[in-house]
Amino acid sequence: MQPEHDLNKPFDATAEITTDLTIPRLFYRQAKRFGANRVAMREKEYGIWRPITWQEYLDNVRAIALGLIRLGLEPGDKVSMMGANRPEGLWAEMAALCAGGIGVWLFQDCLMEEVRYIIDHSDTKFLFGEGQEEVDKALSVVNECPKLQKIIWDDPKGMRHYHQKILMSLEEVKALGRELDREKPELFEQLIQRGHGDDTALLFYTSGTTSLPKGALLSHHNMLSMGQSLMSVDPCFPTDDYVSYLPFAWIGEQMMSISCGLQIGYTINFPESPETAQENIRDIGPHVMFAPPRMYEQMTRTVQVKYLDATWLKRTMYNLASRIGYHMADLKFQKKPIPPVWRFLSWFAYITVQKKLKDHLGLSRVRNAYTGGAAMGPDHFRFFHAMGVNLKQIYGQTEVAGISVVHRNGDIKFDTVGLPIPGTEIRITEEGEIITKSASVFKGYYKNPEATAKAIRNGWLHSDDKGFIDDDGHLVVFDRTKDVFTLRDGKLFSPQYLETRLKFSPYIKDSWVIGDRKPFITAVLCIDYSVVGKWADERKMNYTNYQELSQKPEVYDLIEKQIRQANKDLPEAARVYRFTNLYKEFDADDDELTRTRKLRRAFVEKRYKEILDALYSDTDTVHIDTTIKYEDGRLSHVVTDLAIRTIT
Amino acid sequence: MQAKPNPSEEVLLELQDVSMYFGKVTALSEVSLQIRKGEIHSVIGPNGAGKTVMMNCISGVYRPQKGEVRYRGKVINHLRPYERAKLGISRTFQKVEVFGGMTVLDNIRLGRHIHMKSGILSGAIYKGKTAREEIEHRKFIEEEIIDLLEIEHIRNKPVGMLPYGLQKRVELGRALALEPELLILDEPLAGLNLEEVEDMARFILDVNEEKRWQVTCLLVEHDMGVVMDLSDRVFVLNFGNMIMDGTPAEVQSNPDVIKAYLGEEDLYATRA
Repeated sequence: MQPEHDLNKPFDATAEITTDLTIPRLFYRQAKRFGANRVAMREKEYGIWRPITWQEYLDNVRAIALGLIRLGLEPGDKVSMMGANRPEGLWAEMAALCAGGIGVWLFQDCLMEEVRYIIDHSDTKFLFGEGQEEVDKALSVVNECPKLQKIIWDDPKGMRHYHQKILMSLEEVKALGRELDREKPELFEQLIQRGHGDDTALLFYTSGTTSLPKGALLSHHNMLSMGQSLMSVDPCFPTDDYVSYLPFAWIGEQMMSISCGLQIGYTINFPESPETAQENIRDIGPHVMFAPPRMYEQMTRTVQVKYLDATWLKRTMYNLASRIGYHMADLKFQKKPIPPVWRFLSWFAYITVQKKLKDHLGLSRVRNAYTGGAAMGPDHFRFFHAMGVNLKQIYGQTEVAGISVVHRNGDIKFDTVGLPIPGTEIRITEEGEIITKSASVFKGYYKNPEATAKAIRNGWLHSDDKGFIDDDGHLVVFDRTKDVFTLRDGKLFSPQYLETRLKFSPYIKDSWVIGDRKPFITAVLCIDYSVVGKWADERKMNYTNYQELSQKPEVYDLIEKQIRQANKDLPEAARVYRFTNLYKEFDADDDELTRTRKLRRAFVEKRYKEILDALYSDTDTVHIDTTIKYEDGRLSHVVTDLAIRTIT
Repeated sequence: MQAKPNPSEEVLLELQDVSMYFGKVTALSEVSLQIRKGEIHSVIGPNGAGKTVMMNCISGVYRPQKGEVRYRGKVINHLRPYERAKLGISRTFQKVEVFGGMTVLDNIRLGRHIHMKSGILSGAIYKGKTAREEIEHRKFIEEEIIDLLEIEHIRNKPVGMLPYGLQKRVELGRALALEPELLILDEPLAGLNLEEVEDMARFILDVNEEKRWQVTCLLVEHDMGVVMDLSDRVFVLNFGNMIMDGTPAEVQSNPDVIKAYLGEEDLYATRA
């Protein structure tokens, strides 16, 4: 017997992971090791944090996995999951893997069409939905997805009138599983002994900024080797806490909850509801965090807005502390020694401001906070370091099961993403494209050999991202190849960079910068309704909705000021010269953003062509006559004039 | 969704020839109404028809000059509002009447007061039975109300700071904390946006149908789309007079009702 197959042997996190290890075997061994004494996960329910031990985790997974077998799951069958982050979601995923299935996660806010596409394309046989909302979505596509055999739900709320035969509650599945367990007590262990590390574990649909989602096949070994490499850079401990609140359909969350979480055995905490996530993070005070830049941008905004509301004394203290903080951060970035005076001042800033501030943001205990998945502007990045939070950039993608490059402690540069993790090789092609080679490079796209051949060439994963390696060996990611601008002076320029700079203003929620081979740069901005709304209330301005507020001349003045700030110390050709405020926010449901909130440029360029044209003509307004579709399917006719302002 | 089982024939609340005058103005004139256990019974009528006066007569804010209000067959005309609450009649108001300075949780707890047995003294000592009782109530509020109304995220926020739609939800929560048998909802949807209307309609159905609750609802509402969808029976009032009482289909086809609403196009208009 291979050593990895010995289910009674505790997992040794320091030994190298071989392809004999699968996620189920690792899960089983860890659950046996921690047993009933350690908390595997916690969920806040009815206002109280409720612990679930490793033993309970194992019991639930055992029952669900055997239930799926009884329902007819064959090795390699796809099991989809949809719903909020909650223990049942993770149990379902783990049970699917233990039973020999392949897990597929859907974003909870997926529209019907996306659900239909993924369920159909992935050949899903079983779907775990959380409650009524997911069941409704699944039922509406069930006729077009003939391979779907069962829809399983766990939240009974609102389900009292649903009696369709295809539906089944999680409790019923567990009961079936327990029955099978009594008949064949050895079966679960036998299932776990099946399979190999190179088998596919997860089928991950990437949110394409250009086309239909592609399904990336990730093996057990892809996931586990990635997790081990990251943990060797920044070790975590079984006593650590982690809060799982970002969608499981995002690779970053899988990486933290499965790839790393399972190897280390830290406690995974689930918030009470999506709306309470920020509050619940504060309850827990996690030791490690991984989130896309928008989460950190949101925290920055919270601080900036609270600052505007604070009393004179508090504002003064905050200004003082942040000046000290910024100086300390700069010393750290330059790797200079810290003089004793500054050590003292830094302690003073910590005691007076930073301690409380970090507590409110849930960052008190955080050892490593990672950001990735999109570009983060240097302003945001420095903001967190000035507060004393060890924020690190990562670079990764779904196709490497998470991340491949990360900052190291004491070697952080805010314009880079750091060094490759162990076992990963990064190179730049002659065209400037970033390519990667590691044990975590995925197996290919499901039912899409052309895309696979394009992505993996000679064992190297081609990312389609432009970048370079700087003098310290750090990787710098410039932008998506197709997004890079050529300015009027012939220089290359990344629109993302300017967009993130603009978003550092609390008044600007989203930005879209235009200017490839154009005489000057322009921007379409979405104001932050709540922040600008509050600002307007304080000035006794009247407005009835987003559209009206965005078009107020006073708001244009305010936004112009923010743009001037962002334009500062940029070369002349890279400054925003004309801008307009859009009449609505960008929305993933309108296909303007991906589900991970990346701007889909090609799409918005087509959709807002008239605005684009007006920005490069000499008019000061653009007439809009369009129809907006709301989430509930209602249509609303919008006729308005958008002002265009030139910054002189 | 399937239709729910027919409400029972047991009459929970009965108004018999109830009249109410303010000086020379007749607000209600010999109105009779029967509400059966388990149903959602709506009262509609143009503005000033006397709907709220009728609700006030039932909850005890007003005492009708003529006629009888019977609850479970017993005349309750003489009972004060809090005594009627003890019988299991609970209500919400057209314009939200919450305690703005108190948190959501405190507002809801207030509705629970009627079920608290321990007094000030034992509360001060807070041992044994009193502590257990409080935990029981906490459990009820969290599991049955906060979870149902999905207000976890505002639990500890002062109600006055919340948007109107959420205040209405909190008010419903407080009414439910009484664990009523009969719930009077006075225009629960007024001033809400479409999404909030849908949420509220769902809560009303949940409270009416869910095994845990099965509360009889008396609903005053102008949103005809919702009224016709939710109600088992609809009672039409005009200038203090009853026009008819019947199923939504009967009401929609009754010429008198259409006449009373003539010119008021919104009778059959649902929200666009």
